[in-house]
Amino acid sequence: MSNLTLHYNVPGDDFTRAGEASGSVKRTLKDLGFSPEMVRKVVIALYEAEINLVIHAGGGEIDVEISPESVDMVLTDKGPGIPDVEMAMKEGYSTAPDNVRSLGFGAGMGLPNIKKYTDEMKIDSVVGEGTTMYLKVYNN
Amino acid sequence: MKVFEIKEILDAEIICGEEFLDREVFAACGSDMMSDVLAYVKEQAVLLSGLVNPQVVRTAEMMDMQCIVFVRGKQPDQGIIDLARDRDIVLLSTKQTMFASCGMLYEKGLRGGAMK
Ligand SMILES: Nc1ncnc2c1ncn2[C@@H]1O[C@H](COP(=O)(O)OP(=O)(O)O)[C@@H](O)[C@H]1O
Ligand SMILES: [Mg+2]
Repeated sequence: MSNLTLHYNVPGDDFTRAGEASGSVKRTLKDLGFSPEMVRKVVIALYEAEINLVIHAGGGEIDVEISPESVDMVLTDKGPGIPDVEMAMKEGYSTAPDNVRSLGFGAGMGLPNIKKYTDEMKIDSVVGEGTTMYLKVYNN
Repeated sequence: MKVFEIKEILDAEIICGEEFLDREVFAACGSDMMSDVLAYVKEQAVLLSGLVNPQVVRTAEMMDMQCIVFVRGKQPDQGIIDLARDRDIVLLSTKQTMFASCGMLYEKGLRGGAMK
């Protein structure tokens, strides 16, 4: 069986729609019969990353590849980039403005949450050009 | 604890999901920061929040939470209600504060659930 690939375009101007891609991936994984734990790990990481695309990068693209062994996710944006990835990974570090905080995000817990729920996480970022994030969760 | 018990304890109004009131919840989580909710894996929990926006419903969706209680009489708009209906999530609204709501549910035996 060939792997299933999904592609999503995440608009940057509509916070209310942030999470649509993650919700769709969730329903797909559930339909494919992945365990609830596996589904939750994937979608929590993906949802935090999708929110970041919207609140920090003006939107972007999500590619997901699903195989029986793992789920791979690539999130790409042409946003401002992350000057210091190590710093951004710290719990509580956030450059989000107050209006984002009043929406329930921007506590600086997104990247740490993503790290916690994935088996592999890699961020390539160039300031002024954008960010690409690679995530992998093994199905075990 | 069943969802209808939560409704009774908090004297809450049902906004949607009346058909799911006998669902069982085993834990509760009260927060206005969605990342905090996402940081804790809990099985079948109820989410209490003073925040009213679609991301509260989406967060519950990602976490398999069956019921959301909006505290301090907060009322979601139609877009939020439609989203919750579509995801089979019960929405309740109580006049109680977050602190009082959590205390009342705790007193009746509901717990925070294990942090993993
Ligand atoms: N896609 C992105 N583009 C640019 N900056 C980002 C991106 N994702 C994260 N960041 C930066 O990393 C910081 C930490 O991210 P995160 O842990 O998700 O916290 P939060 O989103 O709550 O600010 C953000 O505040 C932002 O400065
Ligand atoms: Mg974030």
